[in-house]
Amino acid sequence: MTLFEVFDWLEQTPIGTLIRDSSWLFPAIESVHLLGLALLGGAVLMVDLRLLGFGLPGKTAGELVDQTRPWMLGAIATLIATGIPLFLSEAVKCYFSDAFWLKMGALVVALGFTFGVRDRIAGRALVIWQQRALASASIAVWLTVAAAGRWIGFS
Amino acid sequence: MLEFCEWLATTAWSIGLHESLYMYPLVETAHVLSIMLFVGTISFVDFRLLGWTFRDVPSSEVVSRIVPFTVAGFAICMVTGALLFYAIPVRTYLSIFFRIKMAVLVVAGINVWLIHRHLGRSPVEWDRWPRPPLRARLAGAVSLACWTTVIVTGRLIAYNWFDCDRQPQPDWVNWLAGCPLE
Repeated sequence: MTLFEVFDWLEQTPIGTLIRDSSWLFPAIESVHLLGLALLGGAVLMVDLRLLGFGLPGKTAGELVDQTRPWMLGAIATLIATGIPLFLSEAVKCYFSDAFWLKMGALVVALGFTFGVRDRIAGRALVIWQQRALASASIAVWLTVAAAGRWIGFS
Repeated sequence: MLEFCEWLATTAWSIGLHESLYMYPLVETAHVLSIMLFVGTISFVDFRLLGWTFRDVPSSEVVSRIVPFTVAGFAICMVTGALLFYAIPVRTYLSIFFRIKMAVLVVAGINVWLIHRHLGRSPVEWDRWPRPPLRARLAGAVSLACWTTVIVTGRLIAYNWFDCDRQPQPDWVNWLAGCPLE
């Protein structure tokens, strides 16, 4: 089975068909997807702003990582739970969309960087340029995910 | 107002933006990205007012340290939003979702003004309370509800279910959307 055939099969799943046949399901799920994105932006920025020297001065970046984690995970869960049905409804279009593949690539990088790098070392004693690099990379990669995600709709 | 929008739609820049292959999507993407900054940051201020997070940080400190970024995000949202309106003025002006969004924006603005008037003064008694009093929690909840509605109705402007050129529509839809019917 080729990758295209997999995508074609995914599009024919009951969830994909249900959403395609409905005039309001896609917009409704899309709206919740956007709300999750807004929350994600807040959760990411609470830590990154602190690393950049703004945000809440009374807390260390490490404390902020811990305290925003439930919101971060909630946002990601919302985005994945809504993103999968959106994808299923137009999997073949996604297959041919550069924006889709860019988004998925950036998403893997963003998740790996956030949980594997940023959150692990944000609490350590870092010098200013390290903090700035960490925050800038985090903001850049998540904005890429969001922008590429929006662009799927234009293709 | 409708005449003004009709005139707006005839201006060269409006047509150019509407028909451009990349500018319109770019502006729309910038609009979405600025929501992350704007609604993302205000959400955490609201969570603090609700007593859901940063409970050991004074409410006034969360407001004063985070809201400047909310304002910056809001400014970008306003500029990009105005451009999106400018690109498609008549249809947007006659969109029921756009009108609900604008009305909720006004409610949200009044709520912001009330919070600011209260917290902007000399430190309030409940500044360090982990869980602020009912009025403050209510303000946080109203804010979250407003911005949620603004995002959802904003997204729905793109859909034409209630467009004026799709008749018949229920009377209340035509009334709310201001459809010019013969």
